[in-house]
Amino acid sequence: MIMTETSLPFTIESFYRLISEGKLMAAQCKRCGRLLVPPRLMCTDCYSKELEWTRLSGEGKLLTYTVIHVSSKQFESMVPYAVGIIELAEGPKMPGMIRDIEPKKIKIGMKLRVDFDTALPNEWPQWPRYYFKPA
Amino acid sequence: MVGKPLVSIVSAGLSRFGRRTGLYGRELFAEAVTEAFERCPNLNPKRDIKAVIIGHMGESYEHQGHTGPTLTDWSGLLPSAAIRAEAACSSSGVALRIATLALLSQLYDIVLVGGVEKMTHRTTPDVTEFLAMAADFPFEQWHGLTFPGLYALMATAHMNRYDTTEAQMALVSVKNHHNGALNPKAHLQREVTLEKALDSRVIAWPLKLYDCSLITDGASCLVLTKPELAKKFTDTPVHIIGSGHASDAIGLYEREAFTTLKAARLSAKEAYKMAGVKPNDIDVAEVHDCFTIAEIIAYEDLGFCEPGKGGRMIEGGTTRLEGKIPVNTSGGLKSKGHPVGATGTAQAYEIFLQLTEQAEKRQVKGAEIGLAHNVGGSGATATVHVFRRG
Repeated sequence: MIMTETSLPFTIESFYRLISEGKLMAAQCKRCGRLLVPPRLMCTDCYSKELEWTRLSGEGKLLTYTVIHVSSKQFESMVPYAVGIIELAEGPKMPGMIRDIEPKKIKIGMKLRVDFDTALPNEWPQWPRYYFKPA
Repeated sequence: MVGKPLVSIVSAGLSRFGRRTGLYGRELFAEAVTEAFERCPNLNPKRDIKAVIIGHMGESYEHQGHTGPTLTDWSGLLPSAAIRAEAACSSSGVALRIATLALLSQLYDIVLVGGVEKMTHRTTPDVTEFLAMAADFPFEQWHGLTFPGLYALMATAHMNRYDTTEAQMALVSVKNHHNGALNPKAHLQREVTLEKALDSRVIAWPLKLYDCSLITDGASCLVLTKPELAKKFTDTPVHIIGSGHASDAIGLYEREAFTTLKAARLSAKEAYKMAGVKPNDIDVAEVHDCFTIAEIIAYEDLGFCEPGKGGRMIEGGTTRLEGKIPVNTSGGLKSKGHPVGATGTAQAYEIFLQLTEQAEKRQVKGAEIGLAHNVGGSGATATVHVFRRG
């Protein structure tokens, strides 16, 4: 699906700009079909630079998770919090926080879907955050 | 047939590991270097050593970069060529690989290789943040992942796929603390019970305090020569007969599987092939137990057991000091401590002691072949080296 965002370069900065608009997007390689999440400026499988933005469904299943009790400074106010790796319906895997569920109820294999926390931090890198919650 | 020597270790040094308040990293490194020089009276460091290759992870701890020449200077080895290798927790494993290549290139005859990290003067949140720089910042740290968190993701996956238990992971801690209690240079020289390990506070579920290696200050070094020169310096050299090194995706989430480290498997394959040995030829091994699950996965990646059987292997006692393949006789990263940049060559130091019958209370009788497995970050770097008694 070609989106209006086609003019954005396939960078991490663009990925987070799209997240701030509530869109989870991948770069798809036109040559080999690989979905790059996060996007890269070239396909690291076939080296093609022929890419296009593709919107992802944001749905997936949980492959593994942890509940963090000791964090770095910036997350100290949130502990304990859960982080997992999600396999998206389209295939790629992504890490993300798992919110809106008690950590004890989290199960590997459960269906999750993406949501967005579009608040922007004051300092670099000023990226919003996506996260996952029960579908 | 066992492979021929690539390079030879003729001396080695290790600072005491622990909370070394009041000392700077370069001073710890000098402590390790002094031991190595004193061990080897035939070595004239200023005349003989022409290159210094150092593993060091972070400038943040001491506000000190450019540590190659810094440590060379403070070791009295100017004007040797100084090279710093940075590969997170495998910095000095990679330094050892580079030192091996430097000698094989024929450009140098004798090199000093080592590593250092000074960490304990910083707060735990600071250290957590500095270590996390070795992960994939925009997608891992940015979403709250820490290093214990990354290994916890592997632990949960291993538990789910292979029924590995928290008690099996805790047994790694019990074993390594037992060994560390016998090592006068270890950071925490005390035993821990299974109960205490299991009851310790959660850091990143399912990993608890006693599943995690220590924040430690320390330095380590080896003097490496071409094999044909080794006997000039010592009657009992230790030869490196195999070296493996590979990389994987920086983000754990990009990996094919979370229950194995592909870079470690590939490194082991390369090192075993070069050394002409098989996993069951290894008499003693130091493996990268930054977290207890990492040692269980290491058993599998190194071929000490089949994939998924690591938990049962620790239960069976095979890797205890008196078992068939003693693992982490030094106490490992768990009990000896993990000054990240120093760890790779500190593992080689322990193997050097074992293969020269100098490991005292933790000596593995008659050990001939040793192995060191060093991992950077969550597995984006791995090195494996195989050693033989000279």
